[in-house]
Order: sequence, then structure tokens, then C-alpha cells
Amino acid sequence: MSCHAPVLEPLEPVPPPSGARSRLKTVALIGPPNSGKSTLFNRLTGMRQKVANYPGVTVEHHSGRMKSIGRSDLTLIDLPGIYSLATYSEDARVAVDVLTGKMPGVPRPDCVLLVLDATHMNRQLMLAAPVFSIGLPTLVLLNMSDQMDDRGGKLDTLALARELGHPVALISAAKGTGLDVVPDFLLRADKALEKSPRPVQLPVLQTPSECRKWATQVTVRSAYQSPSASLWTSRLDAVLLHRWIAPVVFLAVVFAVFQVVFTIGQPLSDGLGRVLTHAGAKAALLLPDNWMRLLLRDGLWNGVQSVLVFLPQILLLFLFIGILEDSGYLARAALIADRVMRSIGLNGKAFIPLLSAYACAVPAIMATRTIENKRERLATILIAPFMTCSARLPIYTLIIAAFIPNRLFLGGVIGLRALVMIGLYALGFLAALLTAKLLNSSVMKASPAPFILELPQYRWPTVQGLAMRLYDRGMLFVKKAGTIILGVSLVIWILSVLPLHFASGTAQFSDMANSVIGHLGRFIEPVIRPLGFNWKIGIGLLSSIFAREVIVGTLGTLYGADPATHSVGLQAALRHDMTLGGAIALVVFFAFAMQCTSTLAVVRRETNSWKFPVLQFCYMTFVAYFAALITNQVITRLF
Amino acid sequence: MKTGVTALSDAKVGNVGIVESVDLPEEVSHHLAHLGFLPGTRVEVVHRAPAGDPTVYRIDGVEVGLRSETARHIFLKLAPGGAK
Repeated sequence: MSCHAPVLEPLEPVPPPSGARSRLKTVALIGPPNSGKSTLFNRLTGMRQKVANYPGVTVEHHSGRMKSIGRSDLTLIDLPGIYSLATYSEDARVAVDVLTGKMPGVPRPDCVLLVLDATHMNRQLMLAAPVFSIGLPTLVLLNMSDQMDDRGGKLDTLALARELGHPVALISAAKGTGLDVVPDFLLRADKALEKSPRPVQLPVLQTPSECRKWATQVTVRSAYQSPSASLWTSRLDAVLLHRWIAPVVFLAVVFAVFQVVFTIGQPLSDGLGRVLTHAGAKAALLLPDNWMRLLLRDGLWNGVQSVLVFLPQILLLFLFIGILEDSGYLARAALIADRVMRSIGLNGKAFIPLLSAYACAVPAIMATRTIENKRERLATILIAPFMTCSARLPIYTLIIAAFIPNRLFLGGVIGLRALVMIGLYALGFLAALLTAKLLNSSVMKASPAPFILELPQYRWPTVQGLAMRLYDRGMLFVKKAGTIILGVSLVIWILSVLPLHFASGTAQFSDMANSVIGHLGRFIEPVIRPLGFNWKIGIGLLSSIFAREVIVGTLGTLYGADPATHSVGLQAALRHDMTLGGAIALVVFFAFAMQCTSTLAVVRRETNSWKFPVLQFCYMTFVAYFAALITNQVITRLF
Repeated sequence: MKTGVTALSDAKVGNVGIVESVDLPEEVSHHLAHLGFLPGTRVEVVHRAPAGDPTVYRIDGVEVGLRSETARHIFLKLAPGGAK
């Protein structure tokens, strides 16, 4: 029988917590990979941890107060997915250490929410026995019960609870159904803690096959009928993994992403630019016509708005990434691309971290924790920053829109601008491949770890889920513009008007050419001149060591504060001030250079030494410099 | 090798069989065991990636992609008739 009501041991109703502090303080969420723990975590805490439809999204433990169910006094810990308590990878070790109270700085959990995917219980239950043996009060939550029902699966939850000796409930974390069982369980767990601790049951099930035998018995006794394979998933895979169609779809998806970023993103971005410029000009009129207006309009607003205009493109890119991740296509892409990964000696497991590096290298480097083999993990960390992250999008789009004509091919299906953009992405990917090859042939002769990839069921990405991702991403971008970019713009502007001159009794600003920044710029100019960069670009490069977007803000400030280019806009200013060779060299430089302190910091943390980030920074800067040099020289000769 | 036992990598798309044994290093076989690759479990070959490798197998209602270099060490007894 299929039963929707949450099943708990029949007990008298528990009174809500009185004034007395509850003993229960910490609750852990545990379960196999891709069983929906983070979705549930977000439901229970009202927080927004990253969720997606592939195994291994969560690699760290996160804590939050269980606000959404009115228990702000309780801390919920979300853990990386594990198959068993015997662990081979970094992320799984985190989960087991937290669960057993061995993680420094994290309190030992008082009770456990065990999340299992109801659509394949035989396998998922294998984790239950080891988790129960820890001896904590445990609530078993069978997630995705809606999918089980839809596909004809059945389960007697009452019998299952009896078999397991722990309460069991059917839920859907995505839809938020069945969750009222959680607060109820927490009250009971609190009561149980007041009594003497439960006798700890020693683990009797040592090997996977013993766990498996037990799990099979339990599912048989609780009348589990596994749901039939999702018809849609099979049908879609028959097409999306088809020998001829798959590569075509794969490439079409990639092209579509970039084409949309230009055809839809560019007009939106231009519109936003007009609105921001207009708003800035209007607001400037309210200010007194002195240095303050110059500072705010030419210095700060120009810097910040020149980055902010890229918000539409960034959001579009993340919309696509969100759809690919949430639908389950990402895992298929990993399968299709495995052949390429193998040819350079990389583990198939490196593919998902590398793909997520298209958004940002920082989470990508953290995602390498799912790679068991230490040396392969290091190789993946070292090559991840070559993948084109979203922070490169502003400078790429700026240069492409300024220098590449908007020509369309194949009856308007593909544009030259999108092709150049794809070329830049391919360039980064190639650099990653070649570096991996280099590492493999010299320092890391690792025995290849196997490629084991679970393919999740396809799911419709929810509007709410996508909207939240975009909101978070958008806020992050706007915040960056309002902090780092604002700060750098301020410093750049101040340096561009100092030192003050005193003439006829009044203080006057320097010309930009004679300012501190002008002198600094011309000091470094000989180094970058062969690359086709002028001194303003040089200052931009220096400032972008904080983050790649900063260069656009810096250029916005420098060209905005310069009377000669003050009113033409950044694109036009660059078009007049750079050659085609220099412009292309600039984006090539950004394709390779490691301009990101956050990435350096995360590499330092994950490798536990300064050696690798320093090595990586030097190597990438070296490659970037010479690639830009060659690009400029070749293009200047050709055109 | 016993008669009727084939390496998983040699099974064709559509083939169904019962896992006989998994001959891989501890950490790999441990991971595979938790995905269901244990003696006695039914496995079906469902898709091959466009490049001919890896191959997707359905086991326990879950689809798992494995390279042939791994599948070569998993042995199964094909169900009579081979393809369904």
C-alpha cells in the first residue's frame, strides 16, 4: 500500500518546548549523493544553499537555524552526500567527521535526518544501517515520493518503520510536502535525550554485500515496489545520447548560449547603459559644480556603471547554466565529453568541476573534493582557472562589441560576435587541456581513477529555483560593483587628479597625463607596449588583479575622467584608443591570466600551501603575456 | 572463466544479465557496490556514449556510466536470449 501520512511510533502528543531550554541543539542532514539534502536544508532553514540535479553538489558542511519550521534554537547541518561511512574522498570524510563529532569547531549532532531517494530504495537503504549504528535518534525521510507515486512505486511506510526501528515519512523536498513530520520528530528527539542515552547498537553490517542483503530484506518486508524507469528520461536519453544526434545537440546548446548572450543580452545591456548614464547625468546636476561632481560622476559612477551594464549578460549566462544543471543534462554532457577528458589523462570526475568553472573557479576548485585521487585533484585545481568564468564576460563583451562587426552567418543563425566569444572560451579550454597534459607527463603520473557517473533523472527546472539562482547571482554581481569596483574606481580617480597644483591661490587638479596614475602608467608602459596596450590598459591590468571585472570599472573611470573621451562612452573611447591587435591581445590576455585573488585564496586553502597558488599565478601570467604578445604581433601584421 | 559469463564491457546495448563478480581494487568496488554492482543484481546495458565509450548501465533503477576499462572487470551471466 502507498501511504502518504507521516508514520511515527504512536506516542502521546508532545507539548511544545516550554521556557526551559531544549537539550537538542544540533541536527544533521545525511544521505546518499543527489538525494535532495540541500533542497530540504533550504526548506527547513529558509536559506539558499546551491542545489542542482547531479551528485556531488555539496562538498562542505553548511549550518543554518531551522527558522522555517519555527525552531530558530536548533542548528541544522547540511552534509555532502555519502554512500557509506567508509570514505575515500575528501567531501565524504567531512560528512562522516561531522556526524561522529570529530570535526573541530562543529558540535556533535544530537539527532539525524536521514534523507533517502524513494525511487530506488534497495540501494539507498544500504546507508541506513551504518547511520543507525551511530546511535543517534534518526528520522528517515523518503524524498521524491511524488516521483515514486507518479511512476507506480509503492511502499508500506508503517512496515518500513517497524523494520528499521526508526520513524519513517514520505516527503517531497522540492514541493515541500510531508515536512510537518520534522518538527514533531524534533520534539520527540528532545524528550528522548532527557532520558538515559539509547544503548548503542554496534555495527553488525560490515561489508557492502551484507548491507545490501539487509536492505533487500527490509524492502521486501515493507512491500516496496520500485517505480518503473522514468519514460521521459529513457526517451530523452535515446536522443541526447544518440551516436549522431548527441554531439550535434551538445554543440547546438553551446552555440545557443553564446548567441543568446549577444542577440538578447547586448540590446538589454545597451538599454541599461543608457538608463544608467542618463540617471548619472541627472543626479550629477543636483551636485555642486565642483570637484565633488567630478568625483561622483566621472570617477565613481563611470567606474561602477561600466561594470553594472553587464548584468543582463551575466544573468542570461547563469539562466542557461541553471537550466543545464537542474534538468540533469550536465551529467550527460560529462558522459559525452569523457572521451576528450581521457585523452589528456584526466579523470571523468574532473569534468563536472571544470564545467562549473564556467560560472566561477572558486566553487569549481572546492568541487574537486569529490575526486579521490590526490594528484588528479591537484591537476584539476591547477587547470580550473583557465576555464572561462563569468567574471571574464564583461571585458570580453566590451571588447567584442567595440571591435567586432555584427555580421551574421548561415542566414542569421550564428553571429561573428558569438563566434569570437566561443573562440575565447575554446582558447581557455585548450589552455586547460594542454596544461593538464603537461602536468600528466611531468609531475603527475597518476594511475587513472575510474569514471563512475550516476545519471540523474531528467527534471523540469522550476521557475522558483531558477529565479532564486538568478537573484543570488545578480546580487553578488551588484555587490561586487558596489564594493570592490567602487573602491578601486575611487582610488584610481583620486590618483588621476593628484598631485594638486597651487596656482593663483587656488588648488587645481593635475592633468591625467601628469597625475600619479599617469606617471605610474607610463612607468609600466614599456612592458606592455609590445602587446598593443597603452598605459590606461596597463593600469586596468594592475587593478584587475583583485578581480577580472575591475578592469572594466577602471577603464570606465580613466576614460570617463579624461576630458577627451569624457562624453563618448567606453566602447567608443576604446575604439579610438586601441588597435584591433591590441584589443584582441587584451581579451587573449584575460583568457589566460590569473586575475583573481579569491581563486588564489581558495587554491591556497584547498592545497594547504602557498606553493601552488604562487606557481599558478606565475605560470598563468607568463602564458597570458606571451599569448597576448603573439596575438598582437600577428594581427598587426595581417591587418 | 566459467561458461556463460561475460565481461560487462562486452555486453551489447539491450543485453540484460545478473552480476557474477566484481574484480576491482577495494575503493572502486566499494563505490560500485553502493551503486548496486554486487553479485546477484540485475543489470541492463542501456546506452553507449557517442564516442563508443563510456556506456550507461541500468542497475537498481539507476543509470550509471562506466568506462569500458572499468566494466571489463565486472562479470555477469547474460539472461537467456541475450537481448530482450
